[in-house]
Amino acid sequence: MSVRAENLVWRVGGKTIVDDVSFDVEPGRVLGLLGPNGSGKSSLLRLLAGLRRPASGRVLLDGTDIARSGRRELARRVALVQQHAATDVNVTVEDVVRLGRTPHRGPLAAWRPADTRAVDTALEQVGMTGFRRQSWHSLSGGERQRVHIARALAQQPRELFLDEPTNHLDIQHQLELLRLVSQLGLTTIVALHDLNHAAMFCDRLLVLHRGQVVASGAPAEVLNPDLLRDVFRVDCDFLRSDDDILRILYRK
Amino acid sequence: MRLSPSRASLQFAALVVGSLAVLVLAIATAVGIGEMHIPLRTVALAVTNQFGWTSADISRIQASVIWDLRLSRALVAALCGAGLAMCGAILQSLLRNALAEPYVLGISAGASTGAVAVIILGVGAGAISLSMGAFAGALAAFVFVAVLSGGGRGGADRTILSGVAAAQLFNALTAYIVTTSGNAQQARDVMFWLLGSLGGVRWPEFQLLAVVVAIGLGVCIWYARALDAFTFGDDAAASMGISVERVRLVLFAVTAVMTATIVSMVGSIGFVGLVVPHAVRFLIGPGHMRLLPACLLVGAVFMVLADIVSRSVMQQQTLPIGIVTALVGVPCFALILYRARPAT
Repeated sequence: MSVRAENLVWRVGGKTIVDDVSFDVEPGRVLGLLGPNGSGKSSLLRLLAGLRRPASGRVLLDGTDIARSGRRELARRVALVQQHAATDVNVTVEDVVRLGRTPHRGPLAAWRPADTRAVDTALEQVGMTGFRRQSWHSLSGGERQRVHIARALAQQPRELFLDEPTNHLDIQHQLELLRLVSQLGLTTIVALHDLNHAAMFCDRLLVLHRGQVVASGAPAEVLNPDLLRDVFRVDCDFLRSDDDILRILYRK
Repeated sequence: MRLSPSRASLQFAALVVGSLAVLVLAIATAVGIGEMHIPLRTVALAVTNQFGWTSADISRIQASVIWDLRLSRALVAALCGAGLAMCGAILQSLLRNALAEPYVLGISAGASTGAVAVIILGVGAGAISLSMGAFAGALAAFVFVAVLSGGGRGGADRTILSGVAAAQLFNALTAYIVTTSGNAQQARDVMFWLLGSLGGVRWPEFQLLAVVVAIGLGVCIWYARALDAFTFGDDAAASMGISVERVRLVLFAVTAVMTATIVSMVGSIGFVGLVVPHAVRFLIGPGHMRLLPACLLVGAVFMVLADIVSRSVMQQQTLPIGIVTALVGVPCFALILYRARPAT
């Protein structure tokens, strides 16, 4: 298993945000995290990336507890793309992507050819090579999100975690971005709002409700009328299209 | 800014060379002016004489004025400017707040309470100097902020709010002591000290400050890359392998010690730590590997120039340097703000 969560619990001020969550993801697969607002998706991603210590339970990467590896060591293997990562600093696209090399460089180490290669490759993968000298603040929302993914890729991770990366993007850029992420070949865990997108781009889904796992499995198994009514409080019909992808149609 | 790396390097190099040249010239000028005017040539010869490189014929009095009084003062001014500008740059990045400056953690307020306690209340009964009192007060304020903000764990906003609370508390204490116990002359002394004064600094101050600023620079350069990683906030920094809490605590402590040392020697000289980092960032970009050394040099130049102005605008009298840094700084800052307005 590439990523394995065992009985993760996380509390803030007596309130349990993540409640006994366990799952695992095979190498190179895309796991979609679904759930209504406040269901614990972002908190779970923070626990997985080692940004918060779980109250109990553990996260394993290839069988090793992440609590036992140092911050830097972890950042060389796991990258996180956050939901609202903004800045007032006047940085260029290249500056941002170069930040991804931080865990690979010592405090005073010079910039090496390997760093240049990683940055160039990352920019190319997200199709932003032509933007490298542009100011971050001149970019559109979709472009910024792609630069963040490039920054994460420059870390050369084996696992990539994304927190609602398609927020605030128009539909063309949402699809483009998810296509990009699903084709990277990394073990990916992505929190999503759009159920149709989850069905299209994820190999497996994990549905959270009030911090607990209420369903997990392949999209076709997980997404059913009962679950959508109980968890998301919507009524819907299902359609299976010619390309064998599940489509969800919401009722009024 | 659309700069190729080579062009950014050139700009950085130009800024370093340029400000070094201006710094040397400014220090020489600062040494030359005063009640006894001394030509630049004499200043240079007096310094080389002192090192034993030349043996030019300079009067004892001139040599003494240059070496014992004015050069130490100019060099302390340079180090204060350097230290304050560097602290400002670090705090702005660490707290992700454009308004952050070396006194944001309540340090100058704490220092003034410490100084006032010594001047007016006579704490320590003469065994403690004003500087030591100020240093103790500054550190007390820092500890207050560190505890109130949970060691910086509560995030940038909480740290800033704790600093504001500390400043209010210690300023109130200072005002209380001055109004209840001080006489008019003491109140004036306190006021003058608060606005900043380089009078009375000599070589011992220079030596101490040189050590503190050098260590500060070393630590800050060591953490320059980590500071870059804070561009998108704490979680982003952590996800790129930065031990956020440790970096934050070390850098807060280093800036607090630097600022406390400076304030305890020369009072709270405002504006340098706020403006210089913004100006330098505007010139050479936000990367800390370059920003911090550049702030050091530009801050030094700014403070030496401010000292020259403070000593030359009025005959027979020195203006508090804090007034000059603000009066000179604000128009410079306005110009930068105007030029840096969004292109849209």
